[in-house]
Amino acid sequence: MHAQSFALPAVNLLAACLLLISFAMLSRRRTQRLITLFAWQGAILFLSTCIVAYSSGLHELYYSAALTLLLKVIALPMILNRLIVRLGAEWDSETVVNIPLIMLVGLVLVIFAFGLAQPISMMATTITRNTLGIALAVILLSFLMMITRRKAVTQVIGFLAMENGLFFAATSATYGMPMVIELGIALDVLVGVFILGLFFFQIREQFESLDLRNMENLKED
Amino acid sequence: MRAITIIRQLGQVVLAIAIAPVFAGWIAQCRAWLQNRSAPPLRQTYYMLRKLFSKDAALAQTASPLFRVTPYVLFGTMVLAAAIIPSLATDLPFARAADAIALIGLFATARVFLSLAAMDIGTAFGSMGARREMMVGFLAEPALLMVLFNAFLLFGSTALPALVDNHRAHPSIIDPSVIFAAVAFVMVLLAENARIPIDNPATHLELTMIHEAMLLEHSARHLALVEWASSLKLFNYACIGFALFVPWGIATHGADGVAAMLISIAALLVKLIVAGAALALIETFSAKLRIFRAPEYLAMAFLLAVLGLLVHLLLGVR
Amino acid sequence: MNSASIAALTAAVAGHQLRLLLFLVAAWGGLGVAGVLRPRGSRVVARVLFPLGAVVCLIVAIVAATFLLSGQAAQVMVLPLGLPDLPFHLRLDALSAFFLLLIGVAGTGISTFSAGYFRVGEGTPPGLMGLQYHVFLASMAMVILADDAYLFMVAWETMALASYFLVTSQHRIPEIRRAGFLYLLMAHVGAICILLSFGVLQGGSWQFTFDAMRHASLVPFWASTAFLLALLGFGAKAGLVPLHVWLPEAHPAAPSPISAMMSGLMLKTAVYGMLRVSFDLLHIRYWQWGVLVLALGLFSGLYGAIFAAVQTDMKRLLAYSSIENIGIIFAGIGLSILFETCNLHLFAALALCAALVHSLNHSLFKSLLFLTTGSVLHATNHRSLGKLGGLIRRMPWVASLALVGTLAIAGLPPLNGFVSEWLLLQAFLFTERIPHSFVNMFVPLGAAVLALTAALAAYVMVKFYGVVFLGQPREPSLAEAHDANWVERLGLIWLALGCIAIGVIPQLALRPASSVTGMLVGESIRTTGSIWFIAPVASRQASYSGIILLFGIIAVIGVTFLLVRLVAHGRVRRVATWDCGYPHQTARMQDTAEGFGQPIRHMFGAFFRIERDLPSPTDDPPRYRIRIEDRLWRAIYLPIARAVQWLADLVAVLQGGSLSIYLLCSFLTLIVLLVFVL
Repeated sequence: MHAQSFALPAVNLLAACLLLISFAMLSRRRTQRLITLFAWQGAILFLSTCIVAYSSGLHELYYSAALTLLLKVIALPMILNRLIVRLGAEWDSETVVNIPLIMLVGLVLVIFAFGLAQPISMMATTITRNTLGIALAVILLSFLMMITRRKAVTQVIGFLAMENGLFFAATSATYGMPMVIELGIALDVLVGVFILGLFFFQIREQFESLDLRNMENLKED
Repeated sequence: MRAITIIRQLGQVVLAIAIAPVFAGWIAQCRAWLQNRSAPPLRQTYYMLRKLFSKDAALAQTASPLFRVTPYVLFGTMVLAAAIIPSLATDLPFARAADAIALIGLFATARVFLSLAAMDIGTAFGSMGARREMMVGFLAEPALLMVLFNAFLLFGSTALPALVDNHRAHPSIIDPSVIFAAVAFVMVLLAENARIPIDNPATHLELTMIHEAMLLEHSARHLALVEWASSLKLFNYACIGFALFVPWGIATHGADGVAAMLISIAALLVKLIVAGAALALIETFSAKLRIFRAPEYLAMAFLLAVLGLLVHLLLGVR
Repeated sequence: MNSASIAALTAAVAGHQLRLLLFLVAAWGGLGVAGVLRPRGSRVVARVLFPLGAVVCLIVAIVAATFLLSGQAAQVMVLPLGLPDLPFHLRLDALSAFFLLLIGVAGTGISTFSAGYFRVGEGTPPGLMGLQYHVFLASMAMVILADDAYLFMVAWETMALASYFLVTSQHRIPEIRRAGFLYLLMAHVGAICILLSFGVLQGGSWQFTFDAMRHASLVPFWASTAFLLALLGFGAKAGLVPLHVWLPEAHPAAPSPISAMMSGLMLKTAVYGMLRVSFDLLHIRYWQWGVLVLALGLFSGLYGAIFAAVQTDMKRLLAYSSIENIGIIFAGIGLSILFETCNLHLFAALALCAALVHSLNHSLFKSLLFLTTGSVLHATNHRSLGKLGGLIRRMPWVASLALVGTLAIAGLPPLNGFVSEWLLLQAFLFTERIPHSFVNMFVPLGAAVLALTAALAAYVMVKFYGVVFLGQPREPSLAEAHDANWVERLGLIWLALGCIAIGVIPQLALRPASSVTGMLVGESIRTTGSIWFIAPVASRQASYSGIILLFGIIAVIGVTFLLVRLVAHGRVRRVATWDCGYPHQTARMQDTAEGFGQPIRHMFGAFFRIERDLPSPTDDPPRYRIRIEDRLWRAIYLPIARAVQWLADLVAVLQGGSLSIYLLCSFLTLIVLLVFVL
């Protein structure tokens, strides 16, 4: 089919861009850039879901794509932007160790994910199953981002990026999850961001800063 | 060896030597347009070279024979590289003398000689420039090697003529590995040719110079040769990029006629114009990095190349 | 010499090479003994014995080359010396011939240089030095010719002892004694591991000839044990990280020709040992070994290059550079084992060829560089990079030949260092065909580490050459430096010519290496074809021509020079150096060795242990001191030393000094013997 002949290369290209954005998120310092990258991730997910929906003929994936567009490209970035403006956390976000080392560790994680995913993707039945390795890599890289950042807001973004990776894994391995689960996850994510935002205001009031090192002083000596 | 191949080889070399200064001038022209000022005409680089050749060479009293030989060695290596890279045709007698890895080695020879000449005079500027230039060099080599690795996996060879032939047989624009490798290559090109964001080619502040610091002591014909060699290096890198990623127009094996020659020259000129404009665009939108952010920049290039490699291994053979 | 006379020579010696080599080794021994007869006679030693030794080296090289090129079967011989049931077995096959060729070619240059260098005595009487030197050479040759474990160990220990005495030539200086002690200690630790490895290799037959070991078949556990013990032992001698700590101490302590011999020749006997055990004596290999050796090799390479970049003593810099090159050689060996166990024999041959050619190249250019530092030391009496500079004007011969060595070791075309690195990188390109899933993704990263190491080597060598020979002299006493004498120049020229020859005509090294790979892995790369190009796998895939590059560059330089002179002119004005308006430029304002290493300290800081003494504002004059130490010394060696001390203290309880305890020990032994015998 003509659709099939361009679908697979297009999805491969989008998957590679997704991986690239996860790496870029590891190395960017400014929080505002991170949110922009997150929005781009959402856009790529939207495009790839649309392409998979078109080539496989499953129409509920279009609803899933629309949900992604609404939530991850428009709503969440807007909320997050407002949050960081009010918190005053737009600028430099330090990392625990230096950036080239983080990128090297990220590279090792990517190889690890690719190696693990190869036997698993043999068991899947979709045409896009090879991109499962990339999805796993995106999840691991977002987790790494959460570990290596100091400011609290960036950890939320890492958490959301991890969810993006899970979503991509689902679309590529099984043509999406049941609608009920998708709606549930979307609602959870939205509510989670609201609650975390509230926490950030509390933290800032308590410690005058959002640096996580202050939390380490909470334990009793 | 037939006459047509020898003519093509010589023609390619002469064209490279002639066009290289204009290419650098064209990039400066585009930068000026983007910055809303008017640039000197494209012939200015030739006038500059002519002026330099007519001056007396002023050598420092501490300069040794190594210093005097270096400009010629630089020019020689760059011209030889221009003879080897298939910018117009792949059926060249010199093209088998070096594959892409050997070409990188040839550029390394030029860089080492330039650094040694800079250290020869014994002032702080030259040795600092030498140190920084060698640092950028050793960081860029792994990235460039990974780009070639990518090219080898995609097209089955590291010899540039074979690469061009294979690429023309199986075109692949939207393969992610090719795109990653291309971006990594552009990043390395900017670093190795001392352009923003690694080095500012128009700076005159000693503390921010890398490449310029090493040219400080050369004058007259030596400076002319070194400047010419630098613009040839940029031209060569651009041609390697064209051979790896956009090889359309290069006369492949068997295309011998005059028409093929004219098409390849026209294609090369078009590609150079577009590439120059793109480079000027990148330079205008970037800021020069602090010297110790350069490892991060080159680590990013290395990473892109490795990602391209891994994505190719994961997503299967084309 | 035309090819007819070469063929005649080859035919004449065919079949007798082993006997000839044995005779030549005995000749070295004889020269050594002749030196002892007149220990203080430096003129006889320098003008007669060392040149004769050089001639013997040359003949060894020629004999080994005829064996390699004629492709004969192995020759064996049994000497009636040694143990009653284990006489000395000797064997000459392609592998031994290659390493004998290496010793011969590099040894010729070093011996010639020594003939000029040792005209001035240093510490040890020259006659004794001549004995130690020639015994060292002879024992290295015997290690390579040995075909049973006993002769191997005897020759190995002789090599270690002779080199210990050579290293401590200036034994009145305490640092040199300490360096010699550390060297001897590590050499013995390595020898024990090798002995244990041979013990495991005999596999139950209790015959310690190599033939018996070739026919023994070991279970995987014992094969791996033997391999690891051999890796430990030969790695300790070769200077593989983390067993490298003796190298940066011993090489600077020794006189320069001895450093050249140790770096150029002795480290290669360890490489020979590793190849002999892994490819010849062990009947099977596993891919995990290949990955281990590859990883260790790459790590050593990077480690050596990084440490070399921050050194301030020129001989220590070269010592760390040797560690780096040995790392590259072992990486090639590891890659070869990996390919061979995956049944990719052509690529295994390519990687092994790269490792062998790199060994040969390293022996040439490292010896050249160490010898030039010897000339610099003799001329200026300074070893520290902070006190040298601008020597290209006072010592033009040494400087130009050192330039050839520097360009070669930096891996720049068209010299020889580039050929071996190019071959190794070509071998890395084929690693994605390895069937193991994680390995074929990690090993391409190894290629990137190799490229980084090679580029760092260029950085280090620019630092070395630029600080020593270029720039302005940092001490006023450098104005009295004199150039090397004609004998020393001859030795240096021989080695430099070797570097250029192999770079321009790589077949000179590739043909011998192919015979070796044919013997060890069963296949060889393509070396036939024209003399203009080498194309190891297929000429569509990659090819390289040193001749075209060299002559092309020279031709373009010539044409450009003529055109510039014709069109423009050649006038030159000498002016004062531009000083940016600052009037008091001194030679101290150029970059120091520490300054040149600062980017490496900044980027790779985690590898070092740095101690800084910063000046306070009230100091007059302000002093800045920086000490860089190896982390592995404190992490591995000091704890081991403390553990040994603790054990010794425990045992020392027995030495209480009290007579009753000694008598008690004898009494208890008597009781035990009575119980067990009766």
